[in-house]
Amino acid sequence: MTSYIIKRLIALIPVIIGVALVVFLIIHLIPGDPAQTMLGERATVEAIEQLRESMGLNEPLYIQFISFFKGLLSGDLGRSVMSNNPVLNEISVRFPATLELSFCAMIFAVGVGIPAGIFAATHQNSFFDNASMLIALVGVSMPIFWLGLMLIWLFAVILGWLPPSSRLSVGVELDYITNILLVDSIIQLNWDAFKDVFSHLILPSVALGTIPLAIIARMTRSSMLEVLKQDYIRTAYSKGLQDRIVVYKHALKNAFIPIITVVGLQFGVLLGGAVLTETIFSWPGLGKYLVDAIYARDFPVVQGGILFFAIAFVLVNLLVDISYAAIDPRIEYK
Amino acid sequence: MTNEEIKRRPSNPWYEAGRRLLKNRIGLLGIAFIGILVFIAIFAPLIAPYDPLAQNIMGRYKAPSSEHLLGTDEMGRDILSRIIYGSRISLQVGLFSVSIALVTGVFLGLLAGYYGGFWDMLIMRIMDIMLAFPAILLAIAIVAILGPQLRNAMLAIGIINIPRFARIVRSSAISIKESEYILAAKMMGASDVRIIFFHLLPNAMAPLIVQTTLSIATAILEAAALSFLGLGAQPPTPEWGAMLTDARSSLQQAPWVATFPGLAIIFGVLGFNLLGDGLRDALDPKMKNV
Repeated sequence: MTSYIIKRLIALIPVIIGVALVVFLIIHLIPGDPAQTMLGERATVEAIEQLRESMGLNEPLYIQFISFFKGLLSGDLGRSVMSNNPVLNEISVRFPATLELSFCAMIFAVGVGIPAGIFAATHQNSFFDNASMLIALVGVSMPIFWLGLMLIWLFAVILGWLPPSSRLSVGVELDYITNILLVDSIIQLNWDAFKDVFSHLILPSVALGTIPLAIIARMTRSSMLEVLKQDYIRTAYSKGLQDRIVVYKHALKNAFIPIITVVGLQFGVLLGGAVLTETIFSWPGLGKYLVDAIYARDFPVVQGGILFFAIAFVLVNLLVDISYAAIDPRIEYK
Repeated sequence: MTNEEIKRRPSNPWYEAGRRLLKNRIGLLGIAFIGILVFIAIFAPLIAPYDPLAQNIMGRYKAPSSEHLLGTDEMGRDILSRIIYGSRISLQVGLFSVSIALVTGVFLGLLAGYYGGFWDMLIMRIMDIMLAFPAILLAIAIVAILGPQLRNAMLAIGIINIPRFARIVRSSAISIKESEYILAAKMMGASDVRIIFFHLLPNAMAPLIVQTTLSIATAILEAAALSFLGLGAQPPTPEWGAMLTDARSSLQQAPWVATFPGLAIIFGVLGFNLLGDGLRDALDPKMKNV
């Protein structure tokens, strides 16, 4: 197992170099002079030259890539053109907000999707099965930014139950320690803040989690149906075991591999979806920051943000692969 | 079974698949949705009650009425007319970007699968790197480079979908390139091009058709997302995603501005998803009920 993990980590190196190369090329594929593009039409020649110099754009391309990659290894992603702060600092301030939102969305997707899929499979062709699969199909076809708008309209504008945007209400006091506000409020035993943070998380988590929920429910259903047809399930039933034990102990365990794969793949959907959800809910995370940076043509931030998302995605996929072993002892790692 | 019946019995698997599709309720529903969408797109000038770009500042945010069935937006434009014309853009985006992905992906997949070795290693590593990015983020990066335009958004969506097609064709090519009938064709002097187009490609056709249909659905969603972020279609183009860009600020005052373009997106995407599911059942009967 350890040697498998080491091998997988080594195999990641060319992928990460490739990802870094693609991200590096973002600035160099911009038509025209990237420094001019970043600073805009009205920039002076001196300002443009200064930016070219500070970003090393006057060096040959391969030297630029080597210094970009060296910087990457030491955590230096350059400086934001907008704020002049190191990009990594800007990302590390905002990423916890994205992580918190993605995590809550995934809990919602898994918490509803897997039970719904199991129930649909064990009640195949029932009204619930047909209805839930139809809803899942509509869920997959729904743009999350539209769902976000509809949730805001219904629950914030019409009913006034939940806040429409941001992470914390004005006037609620909370010290930022980890920047994951649910955790911060628990650490400080500040239950008013906890309730406020939680209420802010509900709508964006539902919006972000709906597509993964639909996909997880569909995959759980099909995977369970496949397993429930196997001989060992018939044997389990013929031994007189209860439904609950056959479904949860015998079938679900065996149906879990494709479910875990799809849950892992949905993390990428969540990261991509975070860009849209954060824009709709004015959520101060990395996704919104990235979109703002594109509007401002702040390319070092665009590079850093995309690189960060891609590396997070690659690492989650690795974790998913490794987690197979914990669930399915039949898988041998060589 | 009489001789007549035996004679009439079709032996073509595509004919069988077509029959199964026409018996499949999900697939038929998908065909109906897409049929309506194509009809609306073709006859948009005849169906739309107003010019989709005509502004009327005095008639801003009018609620749905007999005059404007789906209301008007912040510029007083008729939302129904904009949605009707928007169907042309969504279909165009779906077909154009998936064509890019299909042609490039099939070419790369065949090259990697049939020739193997260096080409396989090079092409599949590039595909791995592309798959290392969450799809919409890669599209955002490409549009950030090329500039926010609908044409660039279509190109970006085409590029991000290439790996899916390349993988399907490659695995199909690898699985059959050592088959006896391929060896026989080679021994008879068939050229690589002939083997690729007459033997390898037809074998990958079923999964390719399913993937193409499902990818059109995803492409419409992705294009709407890019336009919503201001990175795709630019104002005043009546693109469904772009129509939602300013809808957030008017949710309280005019919720219909946000509601109807979203429903149009769901209708279009659902049509292709339903057809994709139906085709999967029809082309791969083993998967039915799973």
